[in-house]
Amino acid sequence: MLAKRIIPCLDVKDGRVVKGVHFVDLRDAGDIVDNARYYNQEGADEVCFLDITATHEGRKTFADQVERAARELFVPLTVGGGIGSIEEFRTMLLAGSDKVSINSAAVRDPDLITRAAERFGSQCVVVAIDARRVSAPDGSVSFHVYVRGGREDTGIDALWWAEEAERRGAGEILLTSMDTDGTRNGFDLELLHEVCRRCSIPVIASGGAGSPEHFYEAFEAGADAALAASLFHYRELSIGDLKQYLRNRGVSVR
Amino acid sequence: MIGVMDYGMGNLHSVCNALHHIGVPCEIFRDPDMCGTYTGLILPGVGAFPDAMRALEASGLADRVRTCAGAGQPLLGICLGMQLLFEESTEFGTTKGLGLIPGRVTRIRAPGLKIPHMGWNSLHVWTPDDPLASHIREGDYVYFVHSYKAETGTENLVASTEYGERIPALVRTPGLPVYGAQFHPEKSHETGLGILKDFTSLCGEVPNP
Repeated sequence: MLAKRIIPCLDVKDGRVVKGVHFVDLRDAGDIVDNARYYNQEGADEVCFLDITATHEGRKTFADQVERAARELFVPLTVGGGIGSIEEFRTMLLAGSDKVSINSAAVRDPDLITRAAERFGSQCVVVAIDARRVSAPDGSVSFHVYVRGGREDTGIDALWWAEEAERRGAGEILLTSMDTDGTRNGFDLELLHEVCRRCSIPVIASGGAGSPEHFYEAFEAGADAALAASLFHYRELSIGDLKQYLRNRGVSVR
Repeated sequence: MIGVMDYGMGNLHSVCNALHHIGVPCEIFRDPDMCGTYTGLILPGVGAFPDAMRALEASGLADRVRTCAGAGQPLLGICLGMQLLFEESTEFGTTKGLGLIPGRVTRIRAPGLKIPHMGWNSLHVWTPDDPLASHIREGDYVYFVHSYKAETGTENLVASTEYGERIPALVRTPGLPVYGAQFHPEKSHETGLGILKDFTSLCGEVPNP
């Protein structure tokens, strides 16, 4: 039976991990390779690196670091953050990532999804969606797609956009709720449920994980995988303990 | 020295990273004449079957691999590389494969399940005494990404998985060290690395314990 995936996500700035693994004696908590090696051993089903660098030099460093980390990682690797062209896609795949996630660039140029899928295969095209609830004057609530790190409301309906991304060839949706992100109160189950019932590609839940129950709820709502960052980095929850909890509740995990 | 075939399809570095990690020397090569100089061959691959087969035929690798494998040189096909070992595939029309393992490649029939079959799935072992099964325990998880699957007799199965139907996961040509893994051993953590250790041992290499 296909296992539900647990994915730790690491933010990388100028080639260094920001808020990396903090509770074990890593030689260097900011070193991407040490972090990769740690999560490889810890039982992560996949690892995600998100580049939050703004500068061109920083991006080049990121690709170099991905290449180093990929040598120590024997589970799939997804990278994202600022990727906007087929050439950048190719750079990341050659550096050793298995999947590339695109966010703002896909909104700006939806055809990029199709071009990347035709060139490299849908399986490595992850469309990341940052969604937030927006109330209309008549009181109705909908989910909008935000871009540029959550600073800009595109006005695009997030549920429509998830379906559109699939139609255009995305292999997976990385769905972050900006309403729950950072709250530790659980994933956005309503958003998750709405996207999962519309899409037939895998959906990764992101934003709001604070306890093992939250992961269970996300999988019940239809998620194929769940992603978290600080919860794992500070070892408030170990991946091993989380999987044991899920196993006990009848969820198929590796 | 293991030879990893480069015919323009897929990420070869992941396979090499995994081999380096287990302490086995490897080299990426294109020249068909090099085939016979390696202790064993790995045929990776991501993409579509017809493109891959065309590239293999055009480079001359297809003929040479058939000859080397038929003469007993160990061969491991991974993902699309595994599918290429069969007689034919129905992906985008019917295309002949390398014909090293009896069977054909067809689209996964998994009503109600997502295609591609992507993620970690568990193995059922058919031949626990096979040299490549020594590190696999019943139920171990490995990483799959594919939309097509092999249809082949159970006599060719080392391990299978379930995804709406039975999916051949690790196959072999009876009597020859010719293997195919539908999953990615290089992305399947300890189980996958164990399979690569067993394969390279079979080639006469000495991987790290």
